[in-house]
Amino acid sequence: MGNLPAFILCLIIVAVVLEMVRRKQLREKYALLWLVVGLATLVLAAWPQLLGIVAQWVGIALPSNLIFILSILLLLGVCLHLSWEISGAEDETRTLAEEVAILRTQVERLEHGADSSTAQGSVPPRPSP
Amino acid sequence: MENSDRASALVIMPAWNEADSVGNTVREVLALAENYAVLVVNDGSTDRTADVARDAGATVMTLPFNLGVGGAMRAGFKYATRLGYPKVVQVDADGQHDPRDIHRVLAGLDQADISIGARFAERGDYQVKGPRKWAMAMLAGTISLLAKTKLTDVTSGFRAANEHAMAQYLDHYPAEYLGDTIDSLVVAVRSGCSVVQVPVEMRPRQGGQPSHNPLKAALYLGRSVFALLFALARKKSTVFTAEGA
Repeated sequence: MGNLPAFILCLIIVAVVLEMVRRKQLREKYALLWLVVGLATLVLAAWPQLLGIVAQWVGIALPSNLIFILSILLLLGVCLHLSWEISGAEDETRTLAEEVAILRTQVERLEHGADSSTAQGSVPPRPSP
Repeated sequence: MENSDRASALVIMPAWNEADSVGNTVREVLALAENYAVLVVNDGSTDRTADVARDAGATVMTLPFNLGVGGAMRAGFKYATRLGYPKVVQVDADGQHDPRDIHRVLAGLDQADISIGARFAERGDYQVKGPRKWAMAMLAGTISLLAKTKLTDVTSGFRAANEHAMAQYLDHYPAEYLGDTIDSLVVAVRSGCSVVQVPVEMRPRQGGQPSHNPLKAALYLGRSVFALLFALARKKSTVFTAEGA
């Protein structure tokens, strides 16, 4: 058996992610990445020698450096993904805001037209002050 | 809609906390001999902008939160497209643009899809120097080359668009800084819209002074280079048949 505390920590992380998906607090597309990370660390914690083997294979002298570079790359990827997602979300919010504003303007005009049948001309009548 | 039947063009006025000036500007536009409909896009103001504009006789479209000039304008273009206005013209709420020049800017649409009201190089008391001047010269030079016509004031917000240009704007009109002037213009030109410049005179702003802080000017230069490079790198738009979008 490898590193027991590390193994338990990874197990907890994986469990938390799964539970969040189950409660619909985390969408699958975000959960997937974290599950891959959790399972990979789980394997490493159970079998630490694997890290040394892989590090030697890719030519990294210090196995811990392999962990660092992988973590940094992964976090970069997650950040980029989130920026991408939020750009899309902002775009959708903007479109909705436009839509709401236009609808509200048109509803206000309709209500106005219902109030006073004389609502004609290029400009809507002024509301009485 | 009763609004679109008679008016020849829609004046779109983006306004963010402009309660002091928007009323006068709207009244000035409505007092013109030409029959323009006025849409004030209330861009999440926290003051009485919407009430003042409505009392002055404008149609008010209130955005639920502040989107910036680009956001307000795209909402205005969408509104104009839905209601079938053939031409729109953007006019600042702060009174900087003289409503008596609106017909001149609109007349530019006879020759092109986008018409920009540019301040005279030699008239007006608007003096620029240092980094801000270089930025404006660089922007004007680059976009003139792209548009194959001489443009001197590409950051002017006094501009008109026809249906063709509006369809393009609905596809690309960023809400970011300079997105409403540089970015949208560059992408529109690259996507096949023609541009013409019409000389107009700018009035001093009713509130606020243009800053002469050299640091801010340098920052402006940096940001405009950034915006320009982004705009040049964008994908061209291909949708010109957008209806209502």
